[in-house]
Amino acid sequence: MSQVSETVVEREIDTSHMQVSQTEVAIDIVGMHKWFGDFHVLRDINLRVMKGERIVIAGPSGSGKSTLIRCVNRLEEHQQGDVIVNDVELTSDLKRIDEVRRDVGMVFQHFNLFPHLSILQNLTLAPIWVRGIPKAEAEATAMHYLERVKIPEQAHKFPGQLSGGQQQRVAIARSLCMQPKIMLFDEPTSALDPEMVKEVLEVMISLAEEGMTMICVTHEMGFARQVANRVIFMDQGQIIEENEPEAFFSNPQHERTKLFLSQILH
Amino acid sequence: MAFVREDLYPAQPAPTQFTGPLAWMRRNLFATPTDAVLTIIGILFLIWIIPPLFGFIAPTFLGGNAVPAGGTVEQCRAEGAGACWAFIAARLNFFIYGFYPVEEYWRPNIVFGLGALLIIPLLWPRAPFKRTNAALFFIVYPVVCYYLLNGGVFGLRSVPTEQWGGLLVTLVLSLVGIICSIPIGILLALGRQSKLPIIKTLCVMFIELWRAVPLITVLFMASIMLPLFMPQGMSVDKLLRALVGVTLFASAYLAEVVRGGLQALPRGQYEAASSLGLSYWKSMGLVILPQALKHVIPGIVNTFIALFKDTSLVSIVGIFDLLNTVQASSSDVNWGSPTQAVSGYIFAAFVFWIFCFAMSRYSIFMERRLDTGHKG
Repeated sequence: MSQVSETVVEREIDTSHMQVSQTEVAIDIVGMHKWFGDFHVLRDINLRVMKGERIVIAGPSGSGKSTLIRCVNRLEEHQQGDVIVNDVELTSDLKRIDEVRRDVGMVFQHFNLFPHLSILQNLTLAPIWVRGIPKAEAEATAMHYLERVKIPEQAHKFPGQLSGGQQQRVAIARSLCMQPKIMLFDEPTSALDPEMVKEVLEVMISLAEEGMTMICVTHEMGFARQVANRVIFMDQGQIIEENEPEAFFSNPQHERTKLFLSQILH
Repeated sequence: MAFVREDLYPAQPAPTQFTGPLAWMRRNLFATPTDAVLTIIGILFLIWIIPPLFGFIAPTFLGGNAVPAGGTVEQCRAEGAGACWAFIAARLNFFIYGFYPVEEYWRPNIVFGLGALLIIPLLWPRAPFKRTNAALFFIVYPVVCYYLLNGGVFGLRSVPTEQWGGLLVTLVLSLVGIICSIPIGILLALGRQSKLPIIKTLCVMFIELWRAVPLITVLFMASIMLPLFMPQGMSVDKLLRALVGVTLFASAYLAEVVRGGLQALPRGQYEAASSLGLSYWKSMGLVILPQALKHVIPGIVNTFIALFKDTSLVSIVGIFDLLNTVQASSSDVNWGSPTQAVSGYIFAAFVFWIFCFAMSRYSIFMERRLDTGHKG
């Protein structure tokens, strides 16, 4: 479990905007199953995420964490059950898929910036071509988010010229430029050097402070403690345990969870 | 015992035995006894081959034996005469225009001039008005060329394609082939990756069929078999048939080159584009293809160079391209001399080389220019 670390961002979390809605559902997953060929990767997943909730999904590799969040924006197709995102049910209807994707941002482990475009072009591509926003306006928004992730001076460079941490911050800004209602993080810090993990986590925390609905697949247990409302533990394609972070870490119920935590927390 | 460096060691020039021309020679030419022997053999070979070659090609005023432009056939027939450039100069118009009527030469000339005028700023990255330029070149220019060359409208005398020839035909064939095969090749490559089984199967069949057949067969089919199957009285121009054959042939090859580029892209690029909500065509056009095509520029240009040279195969079906005009002239008795045919072929080879070399250099230039430094 060498990839698990506990980088702690030492600051007080401003919770004033972090309200979880009691009535508005952001994501509703009901009885979902998924197979890769004959392999049953996700089994009977039931998960309701309220607007403003911050969820961390943990679990050993191969447990289906990434596949689960990739089903939320239909990068993976589920075969049984319902996935409803922002009141839109995901089916094979391409229009619905695009509608969901417009409002759901995703950050990948390997950043996946577009290497042939400058940072600014990376940020403005989708707003211009998907939302139809005029170029000048899109660029102004892009600069605003670049400032938020603290790298406005890199706007005219290419992704290959940036460090891993900077690239990941650009990737987050790129998603934010679409003004998403939900953000999905797929192991955003796993490919980064320890020194750079912190700068990415800072950005994620500040996003949480603004009340963004987030699902993070991450091994950053410090982050989970600091900002998550709920920690979900998965193993072998199933949700095994689900709890508030304090209870999850101090008093795990399931044997598998105990084993996992004993291996990663010293 | 702790050690702390207090000042940085200054940079120093490399020792002289590792720099300079002598060091270069020692490293590259005489590094080992085998290298030294090979170097000496190479130099002897050059001494053996270069002077006679130079003597054959260089005209008299440069110290060679070749007959320069303006010379007579008697000079070419003389003992020990080199290449007969006088023959090339005398038949140059035929090599460029074929059987195009002499008094109408201004029409192909305008086509050549206009083409150069449009294509140079198009290929030069810093030139302004790219969009207008591209529209003019890809849409207006072909139409103008067609009416100008073919005639029959606006009081222009009609010149059927049978009379076109020489470099004109070679350029028309290769330029149309190159420009039309790009979009067809890209669509075939995308189709081959499609999840829709019918589209995928059709594209695979098309590509495999055209790649499995020699170009000569395609041209023969187009010029001899096709008319047999067509209804009575209906005929399609011979040049047009060759043009379609060459284009489809090249696009099948191009499709495979582009597919290589598409497959080389990490899946993350497709996923990032989709997750931003870009539709299939937008993510292809804005994210995937710009990268994929950039990666396969060498392969694409390779296909174009092959296409350019393959246009010479149309001589088999009786179209007078550059090579065919040269070949036809080499039996011209007025210029009959021992070196007549060789001179013609050297000339043709040189013209082909100029165009292919230019394409090759331009592709290297574009590769460097489009390189944004690092892979994603």
